[in-house]
Amino acid sequence: MAASTTAQAEQYDFDIIKKFTVMAIVWAVVGMFVGVYIASELAWPFLNFDSPYLSFGRFRPVHTGAVIFGFGGSALFATSYYVVQRTCQTRLWAPGLATFTFWGWQAIIVLAALSYVTGYSQGREYAEMEWPIDILIEIVWVSYLAVFIGTLMNRKQPHIYVANWFYLSFILATALLHTFNNLAVPVGLFTLKSYSLFSGPQDAMTQWWYGHNAVGFFLTAAFLGMMYYFVPKHAGRPVYSYRLSIVHFWALSFMYMWVGTHHLHWTALPDWASTLGATFSIMLLLPSWGGMINGIMTLSGAWDKLRTDPIMRFMIVALSFYGMSTFEGPLMSLKDVNALSHYTDWTVGHVHSGALGWVAMISFGSIYHMLPRLWNTQMYSTKLINAHFWLATIGVLLYITAMWISGISQGLMWRAFDEFGNLQYSFVESVAAMYPFYVMRAVGGMFFLAGMVLMAYNSYMTIRQGVRQAQAAGQPAAVAA
Amino acid sequence: MLEWLAQAENSKPLGLLIFFITFCLIVLWVYGSRKRGERLEEHKNIPFLDEEDEAKEEKHGK
Repeated sequence: MAASTTAQAEQYDFDIIKKFTVMAIVWAVVGMFVGVYIASELAWPFLNFDSPYLSFGRFRPVHTGAVIFGFGGSALFATSYYVVQRTCQTRLWAPGLATFTFWGWQAIIVLAALSYVTGYSQGREYAEMEWPIDILIEIVWVSYLAVFIGTLMNRKQPHIYVANWFYLSFILATALLHTFNNLAVPVGLFTLKSYSLFSGPQDAMTQWWYGHNAVGFFLTAAFLGMMYYFVPKHAGRPVYSYRLSIVHFWALSFMYMWVGTHHLHWTALPDWASTLGATFSIMLLLPSWGGMINGIMTLSGAWDKLRTDPIMRFMIVALSFYGMSTFEGPLMSLKDVNALSHYTDWTVGHVHSGALGWVAMISFGSIYHMLPRLWNTQMYSTKLINAHFWLATIGVLLYITAMWISGISQGLMWRAFDEFGNLQYSFVESVAAMYPFYVMRAVGGMFFLAGMVLMAYNSYMTIRQGVRQAQAAGQPAAVAA
Repeated sequence: MLEWLAQAENSKPLGLLIFFITFCLIVLWVYGSRKRGERLEEHKNIPFLDEEDEAKEEKHGK
């Protein structure tokens, strides 16, 4: 393995991938720590310390920004640069521009977090960044698109492997979504404040057209790209059906753009628009499960790997969570179910079964696969990977179970009437009833964070080991570092 | 027909029809021919091709 990986390091541009991989791990620790902190604030409110800088409202976008864009985004940059090079058998186009995407992206995450803590937010979920940061995102993203397309155009392999289709659709769709969701008029040139170009229900629809497609293309399509490369590669067997992957891709691409309005059932949005969103959400079940089955069946005939290989376990459990949350999503998009679930913790549980169970776990599996290959060594400890797997799994299960019970209880309490037709419970009674589940959720988050800390330690030791081995073998610093 | 196309609200069913027909044609293209199917399935091995290159390089002492 050593000789071949050294050859790869010369053949491919691994330096940029290493940088993004390390930062993905760093942002995961930071983002998940902030997540545990704000979950604890909800269970034990004294943790606010009466400071606006530590309040839930300001820390929540710090958490979502760090985990989605810091951890998820850096993991996607790293894996897409890795996959596109290896499946096209060529080096990255414009490595200087790729380096710019790294520093630009890290600056965006830091600037966004600082602006949230100091009270600047444009109040759009998952797009809270104010206009100057939005412009920086636009520049970095177009650079990313240029590097990715340039590399595809330089490919030595005539066919573009399906994982790259998913990555490319993620890059294109995110550019489109980011641009239109952030159309705003700044109050002045030297102020961060701006106002959206849209108003009322149109503004809400634009926000959720962005919000759900961020889930669809950033948190689903892109990570499916990861899945279509790393699951077959790690299992050592090709994907179950390539034709199914093609249909999976086009069905997702055609359908996802329509579903955002299911976030706005029972609002001022026209009824036909939210019905359309629900209809497409139900239809999405087919491609989602087709893709999940395609990923899981890749392991057909080699199921024993699930017992022996914790990295494979991460990947297959990720696919199981993908299947579960893509079943739960269409269910929650039905208007009658939504009447119960909307505005409750059920939604929070659903998001986290996708974010922790699917997105984080497939990223963990892919990063564990890449690390030894990038640094030309073995993983420092397989036992620690195994411990990480169990901590993460227990953490997710605790989290989503707590939120299911809490959310359904909330929904039922809010709609309960007494014999005189008055509301049976006051709002504060429903808040008090949630207390044990908020504690349980915080504990679930602590499990997940503990697993992440183990991963960070294991990764640090692996990298250190790789660098030392390279130095001992007298390899050049560019390969070792 | 042209009058129907000129009305803005008809763009939604028209768009739906175009996308639906395109999707059906893609499914037909993917599953419609056994020979094409076999060719498409060969692409599933792309992630393993760089390993073959590495093996050759090592064999030639590079």
